[in-house]
Parts: sequence; structure tokens; C-alpha cells
Amino acid sequence: MNELLRRLLHLPEQRSSIAIGIDTLHYTVILATMAGVTLAAAVAAVFLFRYRRSSSAIPLTPRVVAPLWLEVGVYGGLLALFCAWWVVGFRQYREIETPPPDAIPIYVTAKQWMWKFAYPAGPTSQDALVVPVGRPVKLILTSRDVIHSFYVPEFRLKQDVVPGRAEMLWFEATEAGTFDVLCTQYCGTRHSLMRAQVIALSGADYARWLDAARAPLTLPGAKGDGQGLAERGHQIAAERGCLRCHTTDGTRFIGPTWANSFGRTRHTTDGRDVLIDEAYLTESMMDPRAVIAAGFQPVMPSYQGVLTPAETSAIVEYIRSLRDVEPVRTVPPPAAPLAFPPPAGTPGGNP
Amino acid sequence: MTTDPPDYLHAERGIRSWLLTSDHKRIALMFLVATLLSLALGGAFAMVLRTKLLEPGPWLIEPITYNRLFTLHGVVMVFMFMIPAIPAVFGNFMLPMMLGAKDLAFPRINLASFYVYLTGAALALWGMIHGGADTGWTFYAPYSTSSPTDVAPIALGVFVLGVSSIMTGLNFIATTHMLRRRGLRWHDMPIFVWAIYATSIIQVIATPVLGLAVSLVAIDHAFQLGIFNPALGGDPVLFEHLFWFYSHPAVYIMILPAMGVIAEVVPTFAKKHPFSYNALAYSSLGIAFVGFLTWGHHLFVAGISQFDAAVFGVMSMFVAIFSAIKVFTWIGTLYRGSITFNTPMLYFFAFVYLFAFGGMTGIAVATTSLDVHWHDTYFVIAHFHFIMIGGTLTAFLAALHYWFPKMFGRMYPERWGLVSAGLVFAGFNLTFVPQFLLGNAGMPRRYYAYPDRFHVLNVMSTLGAYLLGASLILTLVYLLISLRWGKPAPANPWGSRSFEWRSPSPPPVHNFVEPFDPRKGTYAYDEPPPDEVPAMERT
Repeated sequence: MNELLRRLLHLPEQRSSIAIGIDTLHYTVILATMAGVTLAAAVAAVFLFRYRRSSSAIPLTPRVVAPLWLEVGVYGGLLALFCAWWVVGFRQYREIETPPPDAIPIYVTAKQWMWKFAYPAGPTSQDALVVPVGRPVKLILTSRDVIHSFYVPEFRLKQDVVPGRAEMLWFEATEAGTFDVLCTQYCGTRHSLMRAQVIALSGADYARWLDAARAPLTLPGAKGDGQGLAERGHQIAAERGCLRCHTTDGTRFIGPTWANSFGRTRHTTDGRDVLIDEAYLTESMMDPRAVIAAGFQPVMPSYQGVLTPAETSAIVEYIRSLRDVEPVRTVPPPAAPLAFPPPAGTPGGNP
Repeated sequence: MTTDPPDYLHAERGIRSWLLTSDHKRIALMFLVATLLSLALGGAFAMVLRTKLLEPGPWLIEPITYNRLFTLHGVVMVFMFMIPAIPAVFGNFMLPMMLGAKDLAFPRINLASFYVYLTGAALALWGMIHGGADTGWTFYAPYSTSSPTDVAPIALGVFVLGVSSIMTGLNFIATTHMLRRRGLRWHDMPIFVWAIYATSIIQVIATPVLGLAVSLVAIDHAFQLGIFNPALGGDPVLFEHLFWFYSHPAVYIMILPAMGVIAEVVPTFAKKHPFSYNALAYSSLGIAFVGFLTWGHHLFVAGISQFDAAVFGVMSMFVAIFSAIKVFTWIGTLYRGSITFNTPMLYFFAFVYLFAFGGMTGIAVATTSLDVHWHDTYFVIAHFHFIMIGGTLTAFLAALHYWFPKMFGRMYPERWGLVSAGLVFAGFNLTFVPQFLLGNAGMPRRYYAYPDRFHVLNVMSTLGAYLLGASLILTLVYLLISLRWGKPAPANPWGSRSFEWRSPSPPPVHNFVEPFDPRKGTYAYDEPPPDEVPAMERT
């Protein structure tokens, strides 16, 4: 029933702890509305037909005054119904507005036209909010310039982000996945492109992500114009946060490893085998949800508009360079997933 | 036509006799032309916007052009069409006639209000030609005070248009109090007068607050005083409160006169006394007063306190009851009537359906927790277009057809009227029902580019908008043709008992050849008709 109505009304999936309750009230209100309006229009149509005039002569009609009991009954009944919705709706509103005490705080800064997320533990990210599934998260939001609004349709939640104020929004994601963050308060030229993503990870993945994100990045030889394209790609991948999910030493992490991947075929969730080549890698960065590697969650944010074409090709070149990496045979969680990989061209491993 | 006093259209000739007239009927016609031009302009903007939305990605126009166009669409439609549409045209024409007066209380202020309107419209148009603001018609600060576009001319235009609106409202209040014909008591007045009177109260009380808010924005934009900018010590949410203190009641400025029109159309074509006169009359006043206490429901996600949200939520439920009273009473009026089904009645039927649905979705968005999901999405767009187009524009068209014979002395072609009313209804639904679903799916408003998953519904909505636009053009065409070639209208083609029909069509300069007898009630369809033929046709 829920699924049928949800699809009929074009509602997105319910991915927060409060979504089901809100949708249930939504169905009640909308179905009652449609029934009530249809009833009113049907009665009007019946009257229009039943009391139509057939002759050209105008007869006198009786003066019928609405009996008081009917008026009081109809209006009182409607008011009671509306107030019942108000009571239920306001209770839900209070739940939305009151965060549980153990919620994880995350600081959100909006500005034209991007979202920045800062975790108390230190890491920051841009346009991608990583949260754990099944734990309440409290966002503390502020704006650097004009009013924005933080909206996640799958969570049924929204909060205006007002400059000079700290607003609050809490939620608990119920399933792993990636959800769009849309700005709903008009904020200027690129308002419609002010998008970010919420990446909900299972508890273990979240812990690993947090560890990885906290680890300092050490990039030997990061400077200098003479660096090769692959080296530059490595640097960009580290800066853009790619290496927080993708390892370069063959270990499986939130995303597939990059080591020894180029030129191979990959099994996907829709049962195909795709060749990992320049086209595939570029598409994966720009439209990550087009093809999902089997065994992984569709959680990668899009880098469309974030990476320039030159940067994209540098990253592709870097992945191509990771061909002869000695695979890690044991599979403990990587002590430092961001550790610099062996330089490309080191002998050994599978060709 | 005869030796009796000439009708107002032919009493004087020449352009001066129109531009300098103080006849409320001529001023009403000038307002009609001006508001129809505004409707065409705002409609043209809407067509460009909808055409852009045929594609999810960038095409046709730049984002900043899109943002300017939706701002202008809002400003033109709200301040230059919706607000003056029914009061300044049909209110202006019919209010003195319904009260048995020769004119409004202040005929020259009436004429001045037209020129103030033109000045405001000219300022806004100048701002548009100059580039146009991109703030949205809501002018939310601090975006509006820091926008790269020229905000001042548009804001000033809105301010001046507001002055015109206040002048109209004051005139109507004074006329209703002072110029009722001897023997015409308050409870003898047509419901339309009550509706216009209630509207005028809102115009006079609320509009100054809008003027204040938009002038502060214009001043802030020009001099960066920081009234609404927190970086300089101001408060952006204060602007939201000031803006909605006017703009929520403004919704009732737009819909109350529409309800008044419907309350005249139904008794006339059902040949029936209203199911409850008092319910219709006093619910208008109820809307006018309670409507002032609901503005906070626009701020449920803006960070207002839970207490505020509770109060504004429950007040919104109360204001909705008054609308329910009206719908119930109109439908009850049909009971045991003798109904003629023609174009105004088809518009009435469309109005009941669209307004009731729009109103009920208003209850839905006033339900606090549901509003959190819907706020600033296409659901809200669909909701208020159901009220503004489905309600006000539909009633405007009903009024145009209903009073067309009285105003111009010509009949419109009934068959064309029914066809185009049907097309308007179909086009409207195709445009705005998909927008409800888009809002459910989570598409924010004012979106130049949108994710691909919203594509199909957007295409449907755009096709609906084309159909709606085409049927409005069709309506305009046959009405223009009827102006000249329509069948001459008798004094009272609908057999109405209402006072304005007791005068010839079109009426003489001073409205009546002989004073009407207000004891023969405006809705007395249970009594033999008053001496129907006015003096002019008798000779």
C-alpha cells in the first residue's frame, strides 16, 4: 500500500527515520482532499443536471435557507478534521525540530553556490556529506552570504540556511545510499546547480571513512611543473578525496581499488562485464551511478563540474599507471589507505 | 439609440473624454485594457519559462535571463494583473451600480488611481527594459539587497502600484458606507459588494507594510545600510515577516473578489436565493481579518519557534473554514434551482473544482510537518496557481462573460464561450497537476536546470501551458469580435434580479434611468420580478 501510493504520488524513496510517518500523514491528507473535492464537484454536477431548466420561462424558485444543524455539522466536522491533521502534523514537526541528545554534530556552511561540511573530528568535505546509517546526525547550518535551503527529498527534510544564524536539522538515515541535496531557497544565478550529495554509509564503512579522512595526506614531490601526468593525477585524486574511498594497493574499500584495474573487465550490478578504459573511468567520475561495480554501494558523488577535463585525464592516467601493483594478499583494514603507492613501473606483480 | 440619456460609451467622444473621464465605468474599461495587457505580458514570460523547462539542461536562455523572467512573471502577474484585475475592473464598474450610486465616492481619486497604476507599471517596465531584477517577486533579502541586477526600479514600481491599490480600496470603502441608495441596507447589498468591501479593508491595512518592506529593500540595495543584512547587523528573517504580513493577505485581495463574482453568477443562473446570505457575506469579512494572522506559515522552515509554528498553523486551519463555507453555500444554492448552463456557469463549475482543490492543498501545506517536504517545491507553485489561475483567473473570465452584455451592450457567442472555457479547464489541469507531482518528487521552485528524473512531468506541464495560453487567446479573439459584431444585448439577458441589471445595457452615464427599488431584493427569485423593463426601452 505504502509503495503503491508512494509511486502514484511520485514521492522519492523513504530513507530517513521520519519519512514513513510523514508520508502516512501525506497520504491521509491528500486522499481525503481528493475525496472531498470530488464529492463537492459531484454534488454540484448532480445539482446542475437535476435542476437544469428545460423551458425558456423562468419559474419562481423556493428560498431554501441552509438549516443551522447542517452548517454547524459540516463546518464543525471540517474544522475538527483540519485540527486533527494539525495536531498530528505539529507533533511530527516537533520531532523534526528536536534532535536526540546523542546525535553526531556536523557543521554545514552554505555559500553561493556550494555546500561545505565540517566534522568535529577534523575532516572537511565539499558537496558530499558522509553520514552513518542508523545513527542520528545533527546538522548545524549557517550561510556565508544569502539565504539557502538544505533539502533532501528522500529524507522529507528541509531547513533554510540563514546568514547570521545557526539553524539546526537532524535526521537518521535508514539505508546506505547516495541522495541529492538540493537548494530550495532561490540564491542567485546558479541556484539550480547548487547541489550536493548525502552519502549514507553502514557503520563499519563510516568508521573506516572517518579514519581515512582524518589521516594526514603526505604527498612527496607534489610540487613542480615538471611532474608527470600520472603524478599530477595522484595529487588531484588525493586533494579531491578520491583516495578516501579508493585504495591504490589492491585492498577493497568503500569503492573498488584502482590497483591493477585498467584494461581489465569489471563485473557490474546489472550483470554485465565492462572493460575498464578511459571512457569507462571518465563516465564513472562524471556519472557514477550509470554503472556500479558488483558488490559495491552506489555511493560515489558526481564530479561533473568539479574536475576539469585536464584533471580528469590526469586521474585516468594515474589509474592507468597503477598496473603492476603487488596485490595485498591479506585483507585487514588498511592501516593507512592513503599511503603513497609504490611508484609506477616498479617491477613485480601481475602484468 | 433613443432620446433618453445616451449610454456611457457614447455620451462623449474623443480620446480626451476617455483619458480625463471621472466616470467609474470608463475608468473600469481603461483598467480592463491595462490589466489584460499585463496578463498578456506576464503570460508571455510564463511561456518562455515553460519552454526553457522542456529541457533539463541549459538551452534557449541563460540562467540569469531565466531568473529575471520568473521575477518579472511574478511581479507583473501579482501586482499588475491579479490584484487590480477584479476590484479595479469589475468592482469599479459594478459597485456603484449595485449600490444605486451615480459614481464612486471620489471619482477623481478613482481616475488618479488609474494614472498611479500606470506610473507604477511604467516604472516596473522601465526596470524590465533596463535588465530587470532577478530577486523573485518575493524580494528575499539579503539576496535582493546584494543582487547584481537593478532592483530599485522594480521595487519602486511595486511601491507605486501599491499606492494605486490603496486609493482604490479607500474609494470602495467610502462608497459602500456613504453612497448606498436610500433604503438599501447592508443586508440588502449583493454579496459581491461584501467581497469587494472586505478586499478593500485588506488593501488599505496591509499594502503600506509591503510599501515599507520593498522600499527598505531598494534603499538597502542602493546604499548598503544593512537593514536586512546580518553582516551589517540586520536581520533577513525580519524581511520575510514584513513581506508576508502583506503578501499572505494579498492572496485574499486576489481571491475574495473572485469569490464575490461567483456569488453573483450562481444565484443568477440558478435563479435561486443563496443558500445562506449571511454565511457568504460574513465569511468574506472573516477571511479578511483571520487572513492577517496566518503569514507565519510561509516561514515553517525559516527557523521560527515551535510555538510560532503552532499558532500560525492553527490559524491557517481557521481561515480555510471560511473558504469551505463559501464552497458549501454555492453548491447548496444550486439545490432546487432552475439552472441555465452557459459559459459563466461552466467557469463556476471549474472554479469550484480548482479552488476547492487548491484550497485543500493549502490545508496540506499548512500542516507543519508536511510543509517541511513541500516548502519551496513545485507543490507550492501548483497550490497557489490553483488558487490564482484556477480561482481568480477563472472567476475573472466568468465575470467578463457574465457582465459583458452589461458593459458593452453586446452578447458574446455562447458556443465559443463553452468551448474555450472547456479548453481553459483542460489546459490548466495539464499544466498544474504535473507540478503537484513534481513537488512531491522534490523539484525545487525557481530551477533553471533540473535533474533528468523530472523531465517527463515538466514536458507535460509545458504542453498544458501552451494549451492554456492558446485557449486564452481564443477567448480574447471572440470577445473582441463580439464587441463590434455581437448580438445587441437586452437590459437583462440573464433574467437576473441583481440591481445592476435594472439599468439599460450599456448603462447611461449616471447608471440608472430610474432609481431601482431595493425592496425588490437582489436575490428575490421566490417573488415575481420587479418591473423589469427600464425606462429607456419603454419609450
